[in-house]
Amino acid sequence: MEPLSSSPGCPGPRALSGAVSNKVLGCDWTPVWTACVGSGWGRGGVGGRGGHGILAGPGRAGHVGGRSRGPAAHVMRLSQLRVTWVRPSSAVRSRRGAGSGLGLLGSGRRPLGRARWLTMRGGQDGARAPVLQFTNCRILRGQALLRWGAGAARGRPGRRPLGGRRGRAGVGAGAAGCFRAGRGPGSCRVAHGAGRAALPPPPPAFGRREDLWVREGRVLDPEKLFFEERRVADERRDCGGCILAPGFIDVQINGGFGVDFSQATEDVGSGVALVAQRILSHGVTSFCPTLVTSPPEVYHKVLPQIPVKSGGPHGAGVLGVHLEGPFISREKRGAHPEAHLRSFETNAFHDVLATYGPLDNVRIVTLAPELGRSHEVIQALTARGICVSLGHSVANLQAAEEAVQSGATFITHLFNAMLPFHHRDPGIVGLLTSDRLPPGRHIFYGMIADGTHTNPAALRIAHRAHPQGLVLVTDAVPALGLGNGRHTLGQQEVEVDGLTAYVAGTKTLSGSIAPMDVCVRHFLQATGCSVELALEAASLHPAQLLGLEKRKGTLDFGADADFVMLDDSLHVRATYISGELVWQAEAARQ
Amino acid sequence: MRLVILDNYDLASEWAAKYICNRIIQFKPGQDRYFTLGLPTGLPRNHPESYHSYMWNNFFKHIDIDPNNAHILDGNATDLQAECDAFEKKIKEAGGIDLFVGGIGPDGHIAFNEPGSSLVSRTRLKTLAMDTILANAKYFDGDLSKVPTMALTVGVGTVMDAREVMILITGAHKAFALYKAIEEGVNHMWTVSAFQQHPRTIFVCDEDATLELRVKTVKYFKGLMHVHNKLVDPLYSMKEGN
Repeated sequence: MEPLSSSPGCPGPRALSGAVSNKVLGCDWTPVWTACVGSGWGRGGVGGRGGHGILAGPGRAGHVGGRSRGPAAHVMRLSQLRVTWVRPSSAVRSRRGAGSGLGLLGSGRRPLGRARWLTMRGGQDGARAPVLQFTNCRILRGQALLRWGAGAARGRPGRRPLGGRRGRAGVGAGAAGCFRAGRGPGSCRVAHGAGRAALPPPPPAFGRREDLWVREGRVLDPEKLFFEERRVADERRDCGGCILAPGFIDVQINGGFGVDFSQATEDVGSGVALVAQRILSHGVTSFCPTLVTSPPEVYHKVLPQIPVKSGGPHGAGVLGVHLEGPFISREKRGAHPEAHLRSFETNAFHDVLATYGPLDNVRIVTLAPELGRSHEVIQALTARGICVSLGHSVANLQAAEEAVQSGATFITHLFNAMLPFHHRDPGIVGLLTSDRLPPGRHIFYGMIADGTHTNPAALRIAHRAHPQGLVLVTDAVPALGLGNGRHTLGQQEVEVDGLTAYVAGTKTLSGSIAPMDVCVRHFLQATGCSVELALEAASLHPAQLLGLEKRKGTLDFGADADFVMLDDSLHVRATYISGELVWQAEAARQ
Repeated sequence: MRLVILDNYDLASEWAAKYICNRIIQFKPGQDRYFTLGLPTGLPRNHPESYHSYMWNNFFKHIDIDPNNAHILDGNATDLQAECDAFEKKIKEAGGIDLFVGGIGPDGHIAFNEPGSSLVSRTRLKTLAMDTILANAKYFDGDLSKVPTMALTVGVGTVMDAREVMILITGAHKAFALYKAIEEGVNHMWTVSAFQQHPRTIFVCDEDATLELRVKTVKYFKGLMHVHNKLVDPLYSMKEGN
């Protein structure tokens, strides 16, 4: 297929190849494509640091048989990612052969610039927006990893078109009962490290194939597309057998990469943006920047600079701020500065407003329920849609239960900064199995699964007592992501050694620095739970906590297409926000 | 008629699938269109038990067929008779069906052509027999009142017009119907028997479905398996052709 000449609104071949250079994609190829209308690749086409993989490389010439009535396609191998360019089916019906792009443009349909279709979700021209299809993957949906059960002949991945384009019809005898999770050539093997982390073999059932379909940044129902709109995908991406899980959501992160969210600088926004961009590599697509106990001036200065923001190539989305303190217990303040602790005994909610300022950007507030008039405060916060969490507290079980009845729904880092479990008064920990919670509701609880802050046995006890409420958090400090060695962070000297941070020169822990994907892997290995539950603890459960489970933390139809591509050992291969690649691992890039 | 007997359900399915593959390759498809079965009326398209969902989940989503080439009777059309007539017309315009694949019911029906259907019938609206309703109840949570009582279906005559017919019969509960279909005469009470008069029919079944047949019949057709297996030898013509 020859390249098309350029036309208004549609960058020509030269412009496009300049933007996506060989250097970025690391291979030597020239762009070739068939039609640009509605295909959504405007300028550039590079998302984040990785190649977007939109352009087709030197596929086999004349590779699509003219007799095939399916949409014409080019296939290019880009190491693990295989990209297929498919012409919109309406184009196939109206024309054949190369050069049809011009005819399409002449028919009056505006080519959609890429930036445009990304920013509008469900806006006008929705039906014309390009459809992406991620094939050869295992999707986490409905608490199950939907596997590609229909094993291809001899384990060869990819689909076999009806037109027999690459067909080897008549599967050999060896294929009987050969049901493998689709594996791309060179795609990773199942990790058998700890034994428990190994995935079970795929179920022996046909009809289990699930692909992820995305349009306009949302997950699409392909059946409706097929029968009502009579369309196929405009672009197919082969995932090489990877797991597709909803993007991780971190509801407690104090900073990272040298940035401290609680520091009142003039440009808090750029610090948040830096962290947002760097945590994409950990698989986090949405987060709640957390502020520790601070004087009111800090809140008044910092809060307005952290607005709620959608994610994208620039970084993970900000769901709102998590305010941890200052209305917490003196005894259990942990590392929070004592001087700035406060109470709301005098004016209840007005004290809260006076301390924080406007609450527009606030999503979660951690407080100690044993403080006087906490019930009024909890009710007022809950009425504004703010999630109330119990933590840094010496409350007993009864006080905690009453707080939950007033509207609290979360526990901040279970076991840490609260009274230990006691068999006659389990304290806040007892909420996990309390029978005095409002009907139909259960408590969520954050856990730092870095192997240090919680003993694995304690992790297992909590998990077994109440698996559906477990929310993985990093509670990361600014030392996150800094390499081994000594670093100066604000007033502190911190020494980083692997996954642990100490106050320099001591053995005192200085906060957690395990990235979210490390926490997920550690959690899986420590508890021996299913892969599905481990992934949900980092995605679905935080979304449920924040009441966002229709849009985030899930890959059901209509949800935002924020997801991560993981290999069998749950290492992040690629991160997508709104169906757009925003980060890609080095290995996959070559 | 060819009666292909395999050991079990999986092997029978696989044989049938390979055969269809080979037929498609030999046909060298270009503008071909295949038609699928009738649809129970009254269910919205996105109901999990609707024929659309069934065909999508079990067939269409695994292949890259152009959606415009997939035709399913729409049970929600306002004028059902016109819908059926349009369907027949589409078949004719496509040049007729090359291979019709279907199963049979325990009462020997093909598609939803219940016992008593005319053997020269066309696509139409049909009332379902109690047997069929009972058989389908499991898809509606066992609630008989939820099972549709009427269905749009291709007629026996429509299927007879296909150039080749393949019927899949598995399970012991279909054994009697298979016996009636091939060892007794052509009878509108067992509508599958109409295919005795079709020039090219293949019945693919498993061992359990042959339980009511004569040993002589079964032995005869099993003896022909070496011939039948040649029909599913892998063909490479498509790849070489490219």
